[in-house]
Amino acid sequence: MAVDADRIPRVAPAPAGLLEKVMSNRHFLGLLFMLPAAALLLLFLTYPLGLGVWLGFTDTRIGRDGVFIGLENFEYLLDDTVFWLSVFNTILYTVVASILKFGLGLWLALLLNQHMPCKAFFRAIVLLPWVVPTVLSAIAFWWIFDAQFSILSWALREMGLIDANINFLGDKWNARWSVIAANVWRGIPFVAISLLAGLQTIPQSLYEAATLDGTTPWQRFRYITLPLLTPIIAVVMTFSVLFTFTDFQLIYVLTRGGPINATHLMATLSFQRAIPGGFLGEGAAIATAMIPFLLSAILFSYFGLQRRRWQHGGQD
Amino acid sequence: MASVAIRDVRKAFGQVEIIHGVSIDIEDGEFVILVGPSGCGKSTLLRMIAGLESITGGEICIADRVVNQVPPKERDIAMVFQNYALYPHMTVGENMAFSMKLRKAPRADMEARVTRAAEILGLTPYLDRYPRQLSGGQRQRVAMGRAIVRDPQVFLFDEPLSNLDAKLRVQMRTEIKELHQRLKTTTIYVTHDQIEAMTMADKIVVMHDGIIEQMGAPLDLYDRPDNLFVAGFIGSPAMNFIKGRAAVNGHASVMSDTGIELPLGAVSGGLDGRPVVYGIRPENLTIAEGGLPAEVVVVEPTGSETQVFAKLAGQEVVAVLRERVNIGPGDIIPLKPDTSLVHLFDAGTGQRI
Ligand SMILES: Nc1ncnc2c1ncn2[C@@H]1O[C@H](COP(=O)(O)OP(=O)(O)OP(=O)(O)O)[C@@H](O)[C@H]1O
Ligand SMILES: [Mg+2]
Repeated sequence: MAVDADRIPRVAPAPAGLLEKVMSNRHFLGLLFMLPAAALLLLFLTYPLGLGVWLGFTDTRIGRDGVFIGLENFEYLLDDTVFWLSVFNTILYTVVASILKFGLGLWLALLLNQHMPCKAFFRAIVLLPWVVPTVLSAIAFWWIFDAQFSILSWALREMGLIDANINFLGDKWNARWSVIAANVWRGIPFVAISLLAGLQTIPQSLYEAATLDGTTPWQRFRYITLPLLTPIIAVVMTFSVLFTFTDFQLIYVLTRGGPINATHLMATLSFQRAIPGGFLGEGAAIATAMIPFLLSAILFSYFGLQRRRWQHGGQD
Repeated sequence: MASVAIRDVRKAFGQVEIIHGVSIDIEDGEFVILVGPSGCGKSTLLRMIAGLESITGGEICIADRVVNQVPPKERDIAMVFQNYALYPHMTVGENMAFSMKLRKAPRADMEARVTRAAEILGLTPYLDRYPRQLSGGQRQRVAMGRAIVRDPQVFLFDEPLSNLDAKLRVQMRTEIKELHQRLKTTTIYVTHDQIEAMTMADKIVVMHDGIIEQMGAPLDLYDRPDNLFVAGFIGSPAMNFIKGRAAVNGHASVMSDTGIELPLGAVSGGLDGRPVVYGIRPENLTIAEGGLPAEVVVVEPTGSETQVFAKLAGQEVVAVLRERVNIGPGDIIPLKPDTSLVHLFDAGTGQRI
């Protein structure tokens, strides 16, 4: 065979023009086709982000262009107790709200995954807090937490549990728990519905096999549901943490950061300093300071999100 | 180990009843095989025994205890699912050990059993793999392994060998049979495979559209099928059927619709003129002097035997010949039925006469 092959005259490839050569190069074509998307991303994502970060290094004010001042804004923030309070608030808000959203969301998802009458109806109901515009639900909560007309206080008073109205938004810690409650109420549907979708991908026959293997309902949850749900939990909770960390609307409508900055989050403080306060550079610096926190949350979930070994197929 | 009694069990999904009163008595240690066409309710019956499906009517007893209301966990049953139902996030070894881990069995005991089961099933090299990394046949064996590491009262197998290649299937068949002889655990086994049913079962139950057509020892079903359905279902290639009318003038025979006289052995009277179906198994047809003329259509030699498809009395029949014959399509051959092994069925009811 080899001998025969040698005797076959080789047909030399026709000399191709440069353009043709380039146009049939996979790498070049890949780059070419990627350009429009890359341009859009650059324009609408990177530019505002870059501008924001840049502002953080200037002393720009509203109505006055700033000059580059290096780390001065950040140095100032290091000694700013209000800034550190907002960092503390943001972390408290994110951690407590995320844990509550996860626990309650998972519980709700498990409930909704059971056989029950009017399943579709209940699933739709659960989505309601999510579809109402944030500002609207914030205003509703504002009423619920109102110092004089609070329906909660009224109900508790009628039941004889308390004597005087609760000062929900006027007291430091009351205000913190109140905004967390509002955030949890708003965030649960996202967690619950996403986890429900995850639950529905677990085949029923696994539960049947586990039942015959002698598991209790708790063991089925512990050994089947939870491990099979972890990939989805990782995605959902990453998003949930990011949304919560960057929350702005709820706080701004409910408390505007008060009382005495007790509920100021980094996002609200940044806005407060930049727009009403006029110190664009300083506001931008606070917003920039959020980036390391967000990055570490993303990194954390990146490792959590990695495909588990059992999800891989094929290789030995 | 336990006996299982199924008494007039019914199952309806919503308005549709799919099992219409099934009764089977299974003795302690018996190996019972359920056969029947797809969709006849075999899996559903198994699931009811396991407790995964509620029982609409009738009773199921395990070890003389009515279990209709007993949760699956307390029935102590191991089941191999038709779709395996392996835990994707556990390795093969963990899958097999799961039930023992739950019962907090001693570690050494657990490992010994898993190792033993893996040996029987040829899974030793795969113990650390995840189900995703296995072929269909290997997964099926893991599902078997999960059942046999336990020492349950009853084994339920839903087509456990359907995905294996022919050689492995024969091997596993023997393994299961041996396992059963050693453990003597009551076993209910669903299969589509004739040979599996005939070779492994103490008792075969033939189901059809949610009822039992016949049950009994494999050879009894083969030799004396109660009705046309069982006659056609048991045995491969299937029994030949020729429609006709019984005629008793001098000697008993069946006059086929196309006017060929098919010979019968001794037959009770009172049949004259009745429409019947004449059944003869392929291996009970031989080429011999004085046979019925048949035109050969196809000849299929399998090595050990020859299957001849021929037109007899206007109908295609199969004959399985032990000897090698030199015939080809178009030849006319004399096919002689063994009159002592003819099965006669009523054409209307399909019942054996
Ligand atoms: N959950 C269900 N709801 C409604 N009908 C069902 C349900 N499960 C099974 N059936 C019906 O019950 C009948 C019997 O199903 P089953 O799975 O028991 O068949 P099978 O004998 O095991 O068939 P195969 O040999 O194909 O596995 C089928 O007609 C099927 O459509
Ligand atoms: Mg089935």
